[in-house]
Amino acid sequence: MHRRLVRAASLITLSACAPAGAQPPATTPPPAVAAPAAQASAASSDTLSFDRPQYLSTYRRRANPPVLIRNATVMTATGQEIPNASILFRDGRIVLVGTGVQAPADAMVVDGTGKFVTPGIIDTHSHLGVYAAPGTQAESDGNEATNPVTAEVWAEHSIWPQDPQIPLAIAGGVTVMQVLPGSANLIGGRSATVRLVPARTVQEMKFPGAPYGLKMACGENPKRVYQNRGPSTRMGNMAGYRAAFIAAEQYRERWDKWLKDRKGDPPARDLRNETLAEVLRGNISVQNHCYRADEMAQMLDLAKEFGFKIRSFHHAVEAYKIADLLAANGTAASVWSDWGGFKMEAFDEILENAALLTQAGARAVIHTDDPNGIQRMNQDMAKAYFAGLRAGVALTRDQAIRWITANPAWVLGIDQWTGTLETGKMADVVLWSGDPFSVYSKAEKVWNEGWLVFDRLDPKHQYKTDFNIGQTAPGVGR
Amino acid sequence: MKTPLGRMGLLGLLVAGAAPARAQTIAITGGTVYPVSGPKISNATILIQDGRIAAVGVNVAVPAGATRVDATGKWITPGLIHANASSGLGVAGLNGQQEGGVQGEVNPSFNPAEGVDPAAFTIPIARTGGVTGALLVPGGPFLPGQIPAVNFSGDRVDDMIIRKNAALVLDMSDNSKGAGGGSRAGTMARIRRLFNDALEYSRRKPDYQKGSIQALSASAGELEALLPMLRGEAPLVVAANRRIDMENALRLKQEYKLRLVIYGAVEGWQMAKEIASAGVPVVIEPNRDIPSFDGLGARLDNGTLLREGGVEVIIAQGDPGGERNLRYAAGNAVRNGMSWDDALQAITANPASAFGLTDYGTLAPGKVANLVVWSGDPFEFSSAAERVYIKGRETSLWTRENELRDKYKKLPPQ
Repeated sequence: MHRRLVRAASLITLSACAPAGAQPPATTPPPAVAAPAAQASAASSDTLSFDRPQYLSTYRRRANPPVLIRNATVMTATGQEIPNASILFRDGRIVLVGTGVQAPADAMVVDGTGKFVTPGIIDTHSHLGVYAAPGTQAESDGNEATNPVTAEVWAEHSIWPQDPQIPLAIAGGVTVMQVLPGSANLIGGRSATVRLVPARTVQEMKFPGAPYGLKMACGENPKRVYQNRGPSTRMGNMAGYRAAFIAAEQYRERWDKWLKDRKGDPPARDLRNETLAEVLRGNISVQNHCYRADEMAQMLDLAKEFGFKIRSFHHAVEAYKIADLLAANGTAASVWSDWGGFKMEAFDEILENAALLTQAGARAVIHTDDPNGIQRMNQDMAKAYFAGLRAGVALTRDQAIRWITANPAWVLGIDQWTGTLETGKMADVVLWSGDPFSVYSKAEKVWNEGWLVFDRLDPKHQYKTDFNIGQTAPGVGR
Repeated sequence: MKTPLGRMGLLGLLVAGAAPARAQTIAITGGTVYPVSGPKISNATILIQDGRIAAVGVNVAVPAGATRVDATGKWITPGLIHANASSGLGVAGLNGQQEGGVQGEVNPSFNPAEGVDPAAFTIPIARTGGVTGALLVPGGPFLPGQIPAVNFSGDRVDDMIIRKNAALVLDMSDNSKGAGGGSRAGTMARIRRLFNDALEYSRRKPDYQKGSIQALSASAGELEALLPMLRGEAPLVVAANRRIDMENALRLKQEYKLRLVIYGAVEGWQMAKEIASAGVPVVIEPNRDIPSFDGLGARLDNGTLLREGGVEVIIAQGDPGGERNLRYAAGNAVRNGMSWDDALQAITANPASAFGLTDYGTLAPGKVANLVVWSGDPFEFSSAAERVYIKGRETSLWTRENELRDKYKKLPPQ
């Protein structure tokens, strides 16, 4: 019974990966980064499979009237917290942030008196859709735990858009998340960066132009899952990553050679190596589940051996011990505010992890890995912020807001489009009932690229997934 | 120093160090006191004598020699009581280091108290969140064991124990379907058989010893362990989330005249009036809103609706961040519509009364002096517990985490 009431820590976690390649323009969904080749658009039957569009996003921004929020405290995540300010957005883009903004005639005007505005929250680490509620074995689709290296699987092929946890996360002000495969494997597969919007298909959620991530995992999980067949040790884990990338190097070389002149038969496609080769080309970013400081240092060396970058460590409970190393490598750390102690590699958790990372000039991110936590990411931010202040770390509120907005946008390679409130950025905007650093505040309205996807005061803007429909209790209105 | 006197002197020192220090007289002055037993009192003095609350009010005379603690601008509440805790059940909370459960599904005689480690790292961490007392709930399906109530302070388990058998646990959620052969109806039948056998055993002990009684469904030891609960000396804690599970729990209460506490109660809002009229306290998690087939009706304002229906609500969020976060769970209950006073009561007086911890839970005179001096609103992230008193003594808020933080505050560490 203890287990029933107590929310168990999600012990199977993910990790992240590497560098974001060149970004396509924001407005049109670019081809997925999957295939190595360029001549992509021709979809005739004579083309090769890898030349065709690969699982494109079909997300389209909803047309909406312009919105002006006025008299609010606007936290831009660019260094400013502007009292009595306005923000105007139109056609999915932020037009103006500041004071003295006039309402266009067709604008929906929202009084923000006593309220706060922040960028939409971004979670770098989620399993919504791949470990969907109601949590049956039938929908446990997050870990392809059949081989220590499954770079060939893509999280988006598991995501269930009707997961009832999605609207709950939207109600917490989350507009974008990275959905990752689980952490059973050394290399778990591709992540997907999706918008949290009502959708019938995952394609309708995929963030156009967002690079894929590659989930990698250090430490206890892979060596526990594969203890009988190996790897069963941390050194076995390292050997496993290295073997995979050695094979991928050869694959990449074969393909790059063939792509240069396209003479003769193309090499055979191999999905596992195709993804890893994209990591080596810098087109897929490494997202690395890794708790311990010494293991993170090993992974940074692995990345150097094969010439890629690790974009973010995830869970990174001991990141504060090597904050200088992370800052020097330009690798972010996605952390919790206070989870720890539930397993050996999480033993050295401290409340000041994000604060000490920030102090050292490293890029700190608050992430969740949890369908409950994702509903209250502002609270995790606040916990970590006040813990830092109490420990004497000089932090600003803006730096803390960046932990859940601008910094995760960078980790996902979408920071040129979202994560801050600036003219020209996408209108991913949250209106809070009060200070987001307070336990009592709630996201009141959430706009996802200008689309009002949640309004706490208006049931018309509180969507239900299909799973939620028709579950009225006998004699009780819901 | 080989002289007898020298050795005696040393011995004397050791004895003095080991003897329990006499509880001080302490006066905490100037703070705003939320006694829970009554309305808040501004600029109040709390007088602690012999480990108990001697007086609370604005005109309390401070005896000469009392230790004075200035709490001007601070908020003072009773120590928080976590009704679903595991801190101390193992020196660390790691997988494989826990002591909170045993194999099998019929374990009413199991009490985790003797597995409690007063040196556990998790105990001072819980105190940093103002948690001074806890119900240590055993884990496992069906009948996992008894719940000891402890203070989160003491060098030995016996110093920590408030009540060794504060309740008996019965899990009626999806967890226990197996114990009923695959159906909730089967689980109910098995419960009744066990309860009936326990009563039969109790009535016919001599026959049992002679072997002239038909076979019972559990060993004498396990049946014996059900009796305090069946006699109403300790409540039966039932984990139940679905409405039908709660209805079944209320049915058991009526049939066996039990004291009942419901844990979970995800769909409790659908039957608040029935729960209230049965006088059953309910332990909820205010942040629980994800639907599962064990509770499709999960919603954030469950606690609020239960309160409105007149139910005595206890808040106990399971939280991977630790039991220190109990106060934030109460804050979230307020965020979800509960009154601030109700939320404070739900983590102090209500758990104390539900589990018969009559000397705890409020700051009324005579109660054990478990209290917390907060820098501000205890439910807010911006506030911290500055002083935590258990049985009238100030406890340490220094944690292993603090030591790690200080070691790595400057890199590389010195």
